Formats: sequence, structure tokens, C-alpha cells
Amino acid sequence: MDAGIQIDNLSKSYDDVHALKNINLDIKAGELFGIIGPDGAGKTTLFRLLATLLLPDSGKLRLCETDVVDQYKVIRNLLGYMPGKFSLYQDLSVIENLEFFARVFNTRIADNMDMIHDIWVQIEPFKDRLAGKLSGGMKQKLALCCALIHQPKVLLLDEPTTGVDAVSRNEFWQMLKGLKSKGITIVVATPYMDEANMCERVALIQEGEILQVNSPAEIVDQFGKDLYAIKSDDNYQSLLDLREFDHTESVFLFGQSLHYTDVRNDFLIDEIEDYLKNKGRLQLEIEKIKPGIEDCFMALSVKSDQHE
Amino acid sequence: MRILKYLLQKEFLQIFRNKSMLPIIFVMPILQLCVLSFAATYDMKNTNLYIVDKDLSSHSRQLISKFSGSPFFTVKEIAFSVEEAEKELYKDEIDAILVFDKGFGEHLDLQANASIQVLVNAINASSAGLYNAYISSVIQDYNSIINTDMISVDGTTPMQLVQSTYLHQFNPEMKYIPYMLPGLLVLLVTVVGLFLSAMNVVREKEIGTIEQINVTPIKKSQFLIAKLIPFLVIGFFELAIGLCIAAFVFNIPFLGSVWLIFLVAFVYLIGILGFGLLISTQTNTQQQAMFIAWFFMVIFLLMSGLFTPVESMPEWGQKLNYFNPIAYFIKIIRMILLKGSGLMDILKDIAILGAFAIASVTIAVNRHRKVA
Repeated sequence: MDAGIQIDNLSKSYDDVHALKNINLDIKAGELFGIIGPDGAGKTTLFRLLATLLLPDSGKLRLCETDVVDQYKVIRNLLGYMPGKFSLYQDLSVIENLEFFARVFNTRIADNMDMIHDIWVQIEPFKDRLAGKLSGGMKQKLALCCALIHQPKVLLLDEPTTGVDAVSRNEFWQMLKGLKSKGITIVVATPYMDEANMCERVALIQEGEILQVNSPAEIVDQFGKDLYAIKSDDNYQSLLDLREFDHTESVFLFGQSLHYTDVRNDFLIDEIEDYLKNKGRLQLEIEKIKPGIEDCFMALSVKSDQHE
Repeated sequence: MRILKYLLQKEFLQIFRNKSMLPIIFVMPILQLCVLSFAATYDMKNTNLYIVDKDLSSHSRQLISKFSGSPFFTVKEIAFSVEEAEKELYKDEIDAILVFDKGFGEHLDLQANASIQVLVNAINASSAGLYNAYISSVIQDYNSIINTDMISVDGTTPMQLVQSTYLHQFNPEMKYIPYMLPGLLVLLVTVVGLFLSAMNVVREKEIGTIEQINVTPIKKSQFLIAKLIPFLVIGFFELAIGLCIAAFVFNIPFLGSVWLIFLVAFVYLIGILGFGLLISTQTNTQQQAMFIAWFFMVIFLLMSGLFTPVESMPEWGQKLNYFNPIAYFIKIIRMILLKGSGLMDILKDIAILGAFAIASVTIAVNRHRKVA
């Protein structure tokens, strides 16, 4: 069986909010696929549709060559779903939760230990602790174990790393790479752009529309413009000034610096520096940098806004 | 079936692990039963009387002693001023005033009509009626004694007294507790059953655990039946404790079969729990579920005849009771305990409860949605 996912012209609205607008997506079997977008982009809606928890307004959803709407009962056995919110029983212990989810899928922990072994060893020392008393990272590991205990073909992870510390996040992605080697198709939603690089391919999604689907490297390659990081004594004032600048294509505040692109392909950095100096900025530092996924996302979302 | 077993295992684990709920489930109903049985009595005790005796004759004193000797009355004060007495009445310190005017005793001796004024605090109409009735009966009682006194002095034609005799079937002493306690038992299992079930599924929705359950192959019916059974067991347990208290603490007569009560309770609880689960599946927060459960609880309870006789309700109210499971169960449990009714006597009512049970569980399972 091919464990891929095909989404054709999928739409879903809640009352007058269009959560998803004509989504098309093709995820290959065994892929580690990222769905990247800000809060409210429609990621969770897409996951709930895939997880048989919502019915689409229109469009087709196929998972493992099985229709998600018509054959939801089959799908539920093929699917491992980890909701964004921790949704295991907090008043049951780690082992009781795992045992319970194994049993309701008509299987046993021992039969599936090979699948979860690498993750299980990390939480096994706490197996008698109540799930509610675990740290955020541990909870995620337990939730992952519970989602995997019935050997699903497809794993859906809705913002698994939100609210988890940097070390645990890194560990979590390493675990996903380990799972991928077992041949499971993994779809991860995340609002963190830096996590996109961990995926083989990503879909950038905003306001219910997919902006682009590609590998992280190619998305960055397609940026096509020179990108400059600009620092000064007052980044916010620089931002306002650059928005007034004749040659500005885009300028965004990124942490400690501004990311700037110019409408011209050929120009001197000094020109910008002079402009900002004239505006009274001090301690100016301007350097050319390589664009990241987030820069691409911003560029794409501006384009789609202008389109509308 | 195996899935049901694991679901049940999980439900029981959760119930017994909830350290704050356990005492609420098991101790509160028992306290409720004991407190309500003793306190919510219709028997009149401690009616506070204020007596204004302007007569100070042997007759007035005799009548006063009849009041002070009665367990139902406490004579707070005997004085001369009606104004003072009324002040006390306004302050709610006393329930009734008795006024003997000057010449009361003299009138009686002359066999003329002697009268007493009775002022009753009628803020609570039903208790005012009871004060009045009790006071009148004491005076009536005194009347007949005087009459017989008069007759023996006179030696003439004995006064013709019409007496009606009555026998109260099944509760000859008109005791309050045997009548009230079976109803309170019903109240107890209903409160626990309805509220626990109404809070349960919606709690999983609120916490988010339902999302993980919904993507498993568990069937809707399995999920809800696994919710229902533990509460049925708890309901039975509480009923058993309640019946023990009724038998050994309050010495209520057990004329009928205890097994029959449990059979009725089984049917009844399935209905109530199904109804609670229906509320739970249709709401999104525990607060909503709480209010809806409370709404039905109050209506069912006050219409049921636990506190007020159904017969004195308007006709539409009595008709509403055709749909009131609490009314059926209270009626049946009183019949079994106090009258010794058997299965054949209650067959129709139990059939109606059965229909209610099947309907509520079926609708709950049907209306439950395994979607977000």
C-alpha cells in the first residue's frame, strides 16, 4: 500500500470564515513533510480533516489510497494523530495511557515495542508517574508513543514543538528522523520557520491558501533577490524611514536587524547607508545575507496579498 | 467486548483516582439523606406562642397549660399587652399570638360564648395553615373537656358529639419520615447519576482528551456505555447505603421486595444516565452541562410529588408528570416500601421507565459525534 496523501481542491469554512480555500497537496509515501504557517493559517483545520475529525465542504482527501470521508473507519487504523493540545489522560500514569491506547487499537505494547523503542526508553523511568505531572518535552514523547503504538502508516503531528524548550525540540526532530527511516509518512505542522529545514519538503500556508510547496533549499533558492541585514541605533525608526525610501521593495523587522530587499538588481550599499545617515541613524551596519525560509515566507505572503 | 472492558477499566481508574470527587460521590449523599430526613419535616414542632392573658381566670390558665404542655408549642411569654405581642410578631420572634380578653372565664362559666383571638404570622402560608390547625385542635380539645364538665354538673341531656373516625392506611401514624425518605433516596441517586454523567463526556471535550479518543476505532456506543456502567454501579452502591440507613437508622417499614427496588433502580438509572450523557454530548463546556442538568433536575424534582402532592397541581402540571421519570420512581419506591406492592402492581410504571431508558440511551448514542 502506498502511504501517500492526496488532497484535491479541498475547502472548509466555519460560518463565514474560510479556513481552507481550494487546497491541493500531494505528499509522498515515507516523506517528512512540513506545513509551515502562522497561527490561524488553517493548519489545524487541515489536520482535523485528515484525521477524520472534520468533514470537508468540498474536495477530495485520500490517504493510503483510501478516501478519508467515505472510509473513515479504515483511516482511523492507518493514522497516528497527535493534536496540538496535549490530549492524553492526565490522571492516568504514563504506562496506563500507553496501555489504554494500545488496547483500544486491539494490540499490545510488547508487539509494537520495535516501533516506539527509541522514544520509550527516554520516558520509561517515569512510567508510573501521572501524565499530568510530566514536563512539556516528556508529554510530547508520551503523546508520540501513544500515536505510534498501533503502527500507523501516516503520522500527523499538529504543532508538536509548540511550548517545548529548544533542547527538547531538537530531540523531537531527531526522533522524527528516526521514525522516517521506518517508512512512516510524517506530516508536521509548525509555526516555527526554522523547523522547515528539518523537513524534506514544506508547504507554506497562509489564510487558508498554500503559497508554495517545495524543498526548503529550493524555496530559499527561489528567493531571487539580494537580501541585506541592516542594524542601527534605532531599528524601528529605520524601518519607518526605509518604508519611505524610493527603492525599497520590502523591509521587515527580524529580531535584532531589518531584512531589506531593493527593487533594483544593481546598486551600492552606500546608497542606503547615506539615506539612513541623513535621517540621523547612527552605528549603521549593513551586510548581505543568505535568505531563510522566513524571508521567503514574507516575500510570498506579500505577493499573495497584492494578488488579491 | 474487549474494548469495552478496557474502556471500563480506564473509567474506574479515573473515578477512584479523583481524590476530591470520591468524598463528594460517597459521603455527601449520605449526609444529605440524614440531614434532610430529620430537618425537612412537615411535623410541627416548636411553634412559638405569645399569650396575652387579660383574663387571668382558672379557665384561661387551664387552656394555657394545655398549650405549654404540648410538644408542638413553646410558650415564649405571657403578658398583658397586645401591642407588645405584635412587636414581637413583626420581629419574627414568634409564630402566633393568643389573646384572652377580660371576661373569658366568666363567659364560659355562664355558658355563654367565650372567644379567643388568634393572630398568626402568615409569611409562610403553608406553615400558617398548620399553626392555625394545631391551635384550633388544642382549643377544640379543650372545648370538649369543658362540655363534659358542664354535662356532669348539669346532669341533663348529654351533648351530641359527632365524631368521625379515620384510619390512615399504610402509614397509620402519618409519620413523615417513612413517606419522605423513599423520595429522598430517589433524589440522591438522581443527583449523583444525572450530574456525574452530564459532566463526564463534556469534561473530556474541555480537557481535549476526546480528540485522541475520536481518532481511535472505538465505537460511539462502546464509548458511551463505558461511561454509563460505572455510574450505574455507583448509583446502586448509593441506593444500597441509602436503603441500609432507611432500614437501620430510621426503621422504615420494608413491606416489599428489596430486589424489586433494585430492578426498578436499574431501569431508572439507565434512563437518567442516558439523559445525562445526552446533555453531555450536546454541550461544549461543563458549565453549560451543569446548568442544563440543574434545570431539568429542579423541574423534575418539584413536579415529582416529593415535596408537594401531585394531586393538588393544576391539570397541565399533572400531565407533565407523564414525562417525569423522577415522579414514576418516587411513586414506585413508596409503593414497594410502604405498601408492599409487587412486580404486577408496578408493571405499567416500570414499562414507562423502560421506554424512557431505551429512548434516552439511543438518542445519546445517536447524537454523539466523533468529530471536533
